[in-house]
Amino acid sequence: MQLTGAEILIECLLEQQVDTIFGYPGGAVLNIYDALAKYSDRITHYLPSHEQGAAHAADGYARSTGKVGVCVATSGPGACNLVTGIATAYMDSVPLIAITGNVPLSLLGKDSFQEVDIFGITMPITKHNFMVKNVEELAATVRKAFFIAQDGRPGPVLIDIPKDVTAQKAEYVRETPKPIGRHTKNITPEAIENAIRMLKKSERPLVYVGGGAVQADAGAELQEFVRIINAPVVSSLMGLGAYPGTDPYFCGLIGMHGTKTSNLSASKCDLLIAVGARFSDRVVSNPKRFAPNASILHIDIDPAEINKNIKTHGYIIGDVKIALQKLLEAMADEEFRDTSEWLQQVNEWRETYPLTYNGGGLQPQYIVERIYALTDGEALITTEVGQNQIWSAQYYKFSKPRTFISSGGLGTMGFGLGAAIGTQIGNPDKRVINIAGDGSFRMNCNELATAVEYELPIIIVILNNRALGMVKQWQDLFYDRRFSQSIVDRQTDFVKLAEAYGAVGFNLTRKEDVDEVLTQALAARQPVVINCEINPDEKVFPIIPPGGAIDDPIMGVNQ
Amino acid sequence: MKRYVISVLVDNHSGVLSRVAGLFSRRGYNIDSISVGETQDPTVSRMTIVAHVDDAILEQIIKQLDKLVDVLKVAVLPAETSVYRELVLIKVKAEDHTRATVSDIIKVFRAKIVDIAPKSMTVEITGDQPKIKALIDLLEPHGILEVVRAGLIGLHRGDQNILTQEDV
Repeated sequence: MQLTGAEILIECLLEQQVDTIFGYPGGAVLNIYDALAKYSDRITHYLPSHEQGAAHAADGYARSTGKVGVCVATSGPGACNLVTGIATAYMDSVPLIAITGNVPLSLLGKDSFQEVDIFGITMPITKHNFMVKNVEELAATVRKAFFIAQDGRPGPVLIDIPKDVTAQKAEYVRETPKPIGRHTKNITPEAIENAIRMLKKSERPLVYVGGGAVQADAGAELQEFVRIINAPVVSSLMGLGAYPGTDPYFCGLIGMHGTKTSNLSASKCDLLIAVGARFSDRVVSNPKRFAPNASILHIDIDPAEINKNIKTHGYIIGDVKIALQKLLEAMADEEFRDTSEWLQQVNEWRETYPLTYNGGGLQPQYIVERIYALTDGEALITTEVGQNQIWSAQYYKFSKPRTFISSGGLGTMGFGLGAAIGTQIGNPDKRVINIAGDGSFRMNCNELATAVEYELPIIIVILNNRALGMVKQWQDLFYDRRFSQSIVDRQTDFVKLAEAYGAVGFNLTRKEDVDEVLTQALAARQPVVINCEINPDEKVFPIIPPGGAIDDPIMGVNQ
Repeated sequence: MKRYVISVLVDNHSGVLSRVAGLFSRRGYNIDSISVGETQDPTVSRMTIVAHVDDAILEQIIKQLDKLVDVLKVAVLPAETSVYRELVLIKVKAEDHTRATVSDIIKVFRAKIVDIAPKSMTVEITGDQPKIKALIDLLEPHGILEVVRAGLIGLHRGDQNILTQEDV
């Protein structure tokens, strides 16, 4: 049948089972929005306060559901406002489709009103991007975009469509999406044999889990693998939830804010098995001093990650779940070394160096612990970036994949609220809590209007230290306490702000009121902001000083 | 650090060159030269990239190029089994009293004089880079006014071609 470009675009979204999109209208997407109204019985469109909110919402939706997130923006400023969100998704390998309108073909390249080269701008922050100049190519392009976004290592794909292309007509024939297969062709018997050889030699193995394990849904395989080789488990920020945070083998985060146990384990292990992780600088710190005694066995879907940041001694390239399955099959007839001494050593470290906090006043770590307790560990936690993010990662024991929604690679302040909106929309039956700092929350708090409009019962917990806490902490520890531009005592009344948007606000100042306020917030069933006046001097520990080895962290202020 | 000649087959779309060039610049890989043109199949272009890098960076260059959706094939052309050529135009000062000397140098290199003017001549030379460098070095004392290089290109020797070469 003959359809307009805009209708073809939406039909193609329907082919992909998309029923939820986030976007903001404007001149260059008027045709798309006109068509969206026609299809409103099949696609629900959510309107944020700002395009960045749409991108983060689509991202949160994707991370929490495993589906593709879709966001739409108009040309020029609309498209530019997606950029931070697209880059955020790119760094964390999130499948996202960003659709932007552009000026009509005849106006392209003439510095027309609201024209920007979003195709050029997003080239380095997308897995791939397209500009569709011919309506006949639109359907094939959208299908290809969805395939690329999900195939192998996922990532964002942008489709830029000039306005007249969305008005032109073309023949549309519905197609079933090309299935997304798990990548297995490089999981060779040789790679598996080599891995087995490395595993059999090891007396002190350590498993380092990353976001790839979440993405591949490899939790069950991972647990079985860990039980067979009897190895302690550490996680990157992105890996949280892939392996149960309550499991006795789990040592917590590795890296800059990792537990001393995790980091000592990395330094002393003789075999480090990285599962869907990419040895980011936040994990490795100084590559010359990372895991100096270990052989590295790297399991990852992306061949380019092998030997990128850390030289490996063995690798399996492919889908992490299937790679582990094949490895487990091959391990069935093998004997592995006794690791009980190693496990005992790790347990001693765990007892000697637990995560602790002992500052006075209202402690942010305590608040996170209580959120964990009062939600039975079942909440979906989104975070902003900085101290709030790391405290959440350290003190909420994530036990299921896709429950910790945080900007790991790009470290995007202002991510959390938009992400919480997308997460709640994708998971209407779950509790969604955005753990924020006052600085990050202020960046995109306009999205509170969105949460209220769509009656999303998100709880925003602002760990308010009246500072850009992580910056201030670095200045405190490494810049002789010169607090340049990091103390932002802005006198914002967050309770009034919440109320102005139509949300509920609470002030929390005393430790003894934490449970009561959280309980009330959980009962409110509407957007809630809790302004927690935390101890402003509280810091994130442990912390590895810049350039340091990861087993030599600063453990606390009194050290 | 070694010189590597990398041959890349890509979809002949707008934007491909900037995608590849962008990859090199953002990841900090230095390119000596890059040349692009259509192949026997007009939907496919071939890029030849010359880079001075160590083995670890070469491995990354190949893998990162391979990740680009528009890239169909990446191959390193080894010096021993490949033909390398570059086309260079050189405008060199040549007046009445020096024209004969300059011409002699050009003849030895089997380069071509493609334009001649009262105070200069323009020379076309094709070859691998050492030969071109040698010519430039000899013309230098006479005064080189302009040099333009097409960038190195190369092919496998023999019946082998880029598609039959195993993935790196």
